[in-house]
Amino acid sequence: MSDAVLQVEGLHKAFGGVQAVADVSFAITAGEMLALIGPNGAGKSTCFNMLNGQLVPDAGIVRLAGRDIVGLRPRAVWQLGVGRTFQITATFVSLSVRENVQMALYSHAGRLRSLLHRFGAAFRAEADALLAQVGMLDQAERTCGVLAYGDLKRVELAMALANEPRLLLMDEPTAGMAPRERVALMELTAGLARRRNIAVLFTEHDMDVVFSQADRIIVLDRGELIAGGTPAEVRANPKVRAVYLGSTH
Amino acid sequence: MTFASIIIQLLNGLAAAASLFLVSAGLSLIFGVTRIVNFAHGSLYMLGLYGAYSLIQALGRTPMGFWSAVVLAALAVGLVGVLIEVLVLRRIYRAPELFQLLATFAVVLVIKDIALFVWGAEDLVGPRAPGLSMAVEILGKRIPAYDLLLIAIGPVVLGVMWLLLTRTRWGALVRAATQDREMVGALGVDQARLFTSVFFVGSVLAGLGGALQIPREPANLELDLAIIADAFVITVVGGLGSIGGAFLAAIIIGVAKAFCIGIGTVTWFGFEISFSKLTLVVEFLIMAVVLVARPYGLLGKPQAVQRIAADLAPPLTAPSWKIALVWVVLLLGVPLVADRYITIMLTDIVCFALFAVSLHFIMGPAGMVSFGHAAYFGLGAYAAGLLFKRAGLPMEAALLLAPLCAGAFAVVYGWFCVRLSGVYLAMLTLAFAQISWSIVFQWDSVTGGSNGVFGIWPSAWLAGKTTYYYLALACCGTGIALLWRVLFSPFGAALRAGRDSPLRAEAIGIDLRGFQWAAFVLVGALAGLAGSVYAFSKGSISPSTISIGQSTDGLIMVLLGGVETLTGPVVGAAVYTWVRDAVARHTEFWRAVMGGIILLIVLLFPQGLVGGLKALFLRWKEQRA
Repeated sequence: MSDAVLQVEGLHKAFGGVQAVADVSFAITAGEMLALIGPNGAGKSTCFNMLNGQLVPDAGIVRLAGRDIVGLRPRAVWQLGVGRTFQITATFVSLSVRENVQMALYSHAGRLRSLLHRFGAAFRAEADALLAQVGMLDQAERTCGVLAYGDLKRVELAMALANEPRLLLMDEPTAGMAPRERVALMELTAGLARRRNIAVLFTEHDMDVVFSQADRIIVLDRGELIAGGTPAEVRANPKVRAVYLGSTH
Repeated sequence: MTFASIIIQLLNGLAAAASLFLVSAGLSLIFGVTRIVNFAHGSLYMLGLYGAYSLIQALGRTPMGFWSAVVLAALAVGLVGVLIEVLVLRRIYRAPELFQLLATFAVVLVIKDIALFVWGAEDLVGPRAPGLSMAVEILGKRIPAYDLLLIAIGPVVLGVMWLLLTRTRWGALVRAATQDREMVGALGVDQARLFTSVFFVGSVLAGLGGALQIPREPANLELDLAIIADAFVITVVGGLGSIGGAFLAAIIIGVAKAFCIGIGTVTWFGFEISFSKLTLVVEFLIMAVVLVARPYGLLGKPQAVQRIAADLAPPLTAPSWKIALVWVVLLLGVPLVADRYITIMLTDIVCFALFAVSLHFIMGPAGMVSFGHAAYFGLGAYAAGLLFKRAGLPMEAALLLAPLCAGAFAVVYGWFCVRLSGVYLAMLTLAFAQISWSIVFQWDSVTGGSNGVFGIWPSAWLAGKTTYYYLALACCGTGIALLWRVLFSPFGAALRAGRDSPLRAEAIGIDLRGFQWAAFVLVGALAGLAGSVYAFSKGSISPSTISIGQSTDGLIMVLLGGVETLTGPVVGAAVYTWVRDAVARHTEFWRAVMGGIILLIVLLFPQGLVGGLKALFLRWKEQRA
């Protein structure tokens, strides 16, 4: 697995006496859609937050394209090419859709420190190109604060793509969306991932989305990885069935 | 220090801690449930003292009379608290949090003038507690018996509060609302009644804290803002919403202050250190250290997430060039037709406009509310005065170097402040302003102490009132234009983005803290410029330029105009300065009139003057269309 974009080995995190994540190891390659699933409280979000630097693991290694990134702050991880979307959307509500994406582009280019230029003059075309890819170009002028939830998710995706990431981390990308929107958003993501050779790691509660869009699935329960493989393999795995259905038949 | 004197200072400290604890516990309780930073809480304490003074006179100086007076004063203050809640705050719970703050400022002004009207401007010295006026001998030193009683009252009140909060239904509701106000509302609890009762209890505690002080300190009109600063420090050090934390913090700060007085001046390694001068600063130093080490106070918890994303900031629109040009032409033309009085007033307004715009920059678009913005205005004014008088620099050099000095202080203060957010950040800015004020107030040999510095006049070629007005207009106008320009630059946009979502800002590589720090320094320097221009226009400076009053004036200007518009702070500065002057020329009770006007505006235009007028204009346009 030397061509892995992200390689995680022996990740541990405890809060007080609770072992939230225990000895989790996995890897993901370029262009791959990897779903991380598990029941509520399994440790998915904790796992995610350790990958982009929001939490520091107690033990373990996180390698991005061969480089250990444990202990780096989120903004440093971003600079190394990791895009992130959040379970509850986090956008700049007082800025327009285009300005949100431009903000990410300015930051990527290191051009936010200017005091006298006018913000928004540069990277207009680039922002519009990204918005076109996620189908939000027609709403570029609107303020993020007034958008529908599903549209905010698209804006987040466009922002996450602004630094030409090699890895996208998407925590519950379709939470709060209507069923049809969900599949559409993940199909869009999968298409982008393949075209741009981006690795995508996502958590998801909607099993239709998971089994239709993921190339591979790993299953977390009470902090430990209990299964991994193709959707067909995971579907057939008795441990997974036990966790999700509460029985072993 | 001998063992005996250590014990004595400890007892002194604990006695002082009692009232501090009562006031802070009330403030903490009210904040916990309603999320209102009640600046009027210190006014309630002051009313407690005045009330006890009058009631003791009416009921007689007997033990019975004294203690009935204390209890009745506390209950009466509780009713005043209920009145404030029902008449004012209840109507604006849905308004942005900052607007509630503005309302409590107005209440401070009104109560101060009511006290002035009823009790007069003289300090009123209360009687000693009948039956407790003797002293008790401890380790060969004499301690007033009343102090020992106060030491006992603190833990008793803590115990009663603990019982109320843990053993009653009301207490369960208060604790639940402190943790998650929306959820309590969703469960069908009558919030209006809960809030009113919390205001009553909190106000009784403030009134009791004041009433109990009557044998120890004279009732005077400056107590309101003095005690509110102490109470803020204690609630923040203890942790907002934590009664136990308030108790612990009150003891730490009461004792620390007592020791500073007790130690006096000490010589260490040839340096003379005056601990008694540290008395005014020590609590703020403790607070700064605690907040940096434990951002939520000693016993506090991180604030619960508020589900209603309280105040979604609307997009910022740039002022139009054409309108700005019209204003510049108008302002340039005024001295040609106006008299000397108006020119001087306009000079004031121009200085305060820059002060308000710089405060708006940091609290609006950058999202960091400052309760201590006067620090930079005042430090700029003092830097100008001292560079001119003590360092002997030419006036022009002093005028232009002063902002850099203010900026230098902002570098230090800002470094600490950007590590916090929300109310804690606001309190820390207040702490730094008070530290600056204490230094200026006490450093007689350099700053002239409470008298200030005199004879700071502009050079001859700028000395004419009209010429100086043009200078002020040029300096402050440039400052305002610069700040507005920066708001629309990539730097300013990044600040707004960080205000909207710190999480997302960090996730797209923005070093938010660094940006906020830089913003602090920028606005500090420009507030310093406002102070510097102001100092030379007045010819003298006094510590009041750094006072809490000056900071709250700035907040009133910004909030009055409206925090969501760029021009709001300028309008607020102009209206506030002009109305204050006009009212003050007609009545001694100008504060009450101002407070009344502010309350009216708060109740009628919850988005501020400019915001409200804009909304009216839009509605009118819609109706025509």
